[in-house]
Amino acid sequence: MAIDPLAIDTARIPAGNTPPRARFRTPLSEVPWVKFGLTAIAVAFLALMLVLPLAAVFAEAFRRGVEPFLAALVEPDALSAVRLTLFVAAISVPANLLFGLVASWAIAKFQFKGKSFLITLIDLPFSVSPVISGLVYILLFGSYGFLGPWLIANGYQIVFAVPGIVLATIFVTFPFVARQLIPLMEQQGTTEEEAALSLGAGGLRTFWSVTLPNVKWALLYGVLLCNARAMGEFGAVSVVSGHIRGKTNTMPLHVEILYNEYNFVAAFAVATLLALLALVTLVLKSALEWRYGGELAAHGRH
Amino acid sequence: MTFSSLTRRSAVLLGASLLMLGLTFEVRADTTILNVSYDPTREFYREYNAAFAEHWKKETGETVNFEQSHGGSGKQARAVIDGLQADVLTLALAGDIDEVANHSDLLPKDWQARLPQNSSPYTSTIVLLVRKGNPKNIKDWDDLAQPGVAVITPNPKTSGGARWNYLAAYAYALDTFGNDDAKARAFVGVIYKNVPVLDTGARGSLTTFVQRGIGDVFISWENEAFLAQAEFPGQFEIVVPSISILAEPPVALADKNADRKGSRKVAEAYLNYLYSPEGQRLAARHYYRPREAQHAAAEDIARFPEVKLFTIDDKFGGWVKAQPEHFGDGGVFDQIYQPGR
Repeated sequence: MAIDPLAIDTARIPAGNTPPRARFRTPLSEVPWVKFGLTAIAVAFLALMLVLPLAAVFAEAFRRGVEPFLAALVEPDALSAVRLTLFVAAISVPANLLFGLVASWAIAKFQFKGKSFLITLIDLPFSVSPVISGLVYILLFGSYGFLGPWLIANGYQIVFAVPGIVLATIFVTFPFVARQLIPLMEQQGTTEEEAALSLGAGGLRTFWSVTLPNVKWALLYGVLLCNARAMGEFGAVSVVSGHIRGKTNTMPLHVEILYNEYNFVAAFAVATLLALLALVTLVLKSALEWRYGGELAAHGRH
Repeated sequence: MTFSSLTRRSAVLLGASLLMLGLTFEVRADTTILNVSYDPTREFYREYNAAFAEHWKKETGETVNFEQSHGGSGKQARAVIDGLQADVLTLALAGDIDEVANHSDLLPKDWQARLPQNSSPYTSTIVLLVRKGNPKNIKDWDDLAQPGVAVITPNPKTSGGARWNYLAAYAYALDTFGNDDAKARAFVGVIYKNVPVLDTGARGSLTTFVQRGIGDVFISWENEAFLAQAEFPGQFEIVVPSISILAEPPVALADKNADRKGSRKVAEAYLNYLYSPEGQRLAARHYYRPREAQHAAAEDIARFPEVKLFTIDDKFGGWVKAQPEHFGDGGVFDQIYQPGR
């Protein structure tokens, strides 16, 4: 007869006169007060640091009712800030989609010298302060910069104008798409592409029918994060903007200006738009994770 | 919809965006004046720009558009040096426009002599803003040096207004101690030891004082103090010190930018109109002291208390001397203020 050693062990405990039944617990669980205490601390911290500030934004925005809220959003300077923000995102996100896709394709599917250096370069915008990201463009395109004098003399205004804001945003959001794609592509390897090539597909065909479909959800995920940052970036954009009302103020900059003007309802109304954008991004991100968790799990999440 | 068609759409969108980017380089037909100014003038120039646009339309039939940029005075000067295409500069102190003249070829070094009254169409002064009921009983500059009084003022290294604050306190000390420079320094040093937070700009300091509730007294532009009172009625009181400084926020044309954009004529008229009865009236309405009080509304003028005012030329030999002596690297401010003590 086979004897289960565990059954013997548990049978022995009540037989001995050691711990009473009520205090028995498995080594994997904690005593109730520790469990509840830790959970309560975590929930309280989340409420204090995330939920409460977010609720405060909405509460401030609607403090004087719906009408001032709507009035703040249709005010010409606010509209122009929204337009500019969308415009900047409409350039920088597709641009980084392209750069990110091409860069990760090259890095994951090919071997070449200087590859790790290239990866480091792609990560650079994550590690430098946004102030530096802005100042490099001033140094490059400012009146006394490297290229600035020639450009300004020929009528091209880069910094303190829309092109500078676009450049700074592209720089800051550069790593998002590539960082999502590289680990996934590396894990997938090159076998499917080799199969496609051996079946007679050309390079471009292989890319469109094999490589791209394999990473599409991770790509979308990267684009989503890239877009959220492109619309929300403050530091780098603030340095190159020049803060011209109705012209070079993006939404985050407009929020700061309104706040400084004691126009709290309007400031928080515009901030609500940004917060809504963040919420939409989060919902889409969660939906992607829920639906395509397997494909996304191959790499680290944010 | 397949994913590849989505990507193609993005490509089309990218192309369209680049095209739009190209369009933004296009020059506009109407004259557009970019006025680069400092923080507290937002409300004033919003109204003044509309008034001037109407005046100009009536006078010449031309339409003029305005763009405004506001920020800390020193920061704005830096941005103009770096290429912010200002047609006119309306900053907090002559020292900042001097910086632009010194570090670029945008305007001549003698810019301040080109317009009347040191190129300052309106003036202001420095007053003390205290909480309702004046709980620490602050009456004059010497109360700021009392132990236990928390003073809010921005950093004179970065803020134009803060330099006026500093000089006003310094001048009071010079007066009180019979022009004894060592005693004056010690006095101002004690005040700055009472400062818990040195923000970079006047608006930041005001937020510290009003929103975060830090400090007992806020050293402020007179117009900012009035604005704060209007925004938060019943919460603050203005205390007028026995002596203060005549702050002259100057205006100047950035010649090179205006010539390139072909806006010189309008920009010059824009600055001159500040001296007109209408310009003076609007300045007084927005809590700036007009040079010619007779043009302003009587009730606006009545708001300004009588203060004994001195000029920076009287006490400190002008900005050209005061700027390096007090605020330069290793200057008097660096000697008396050591953070964390």
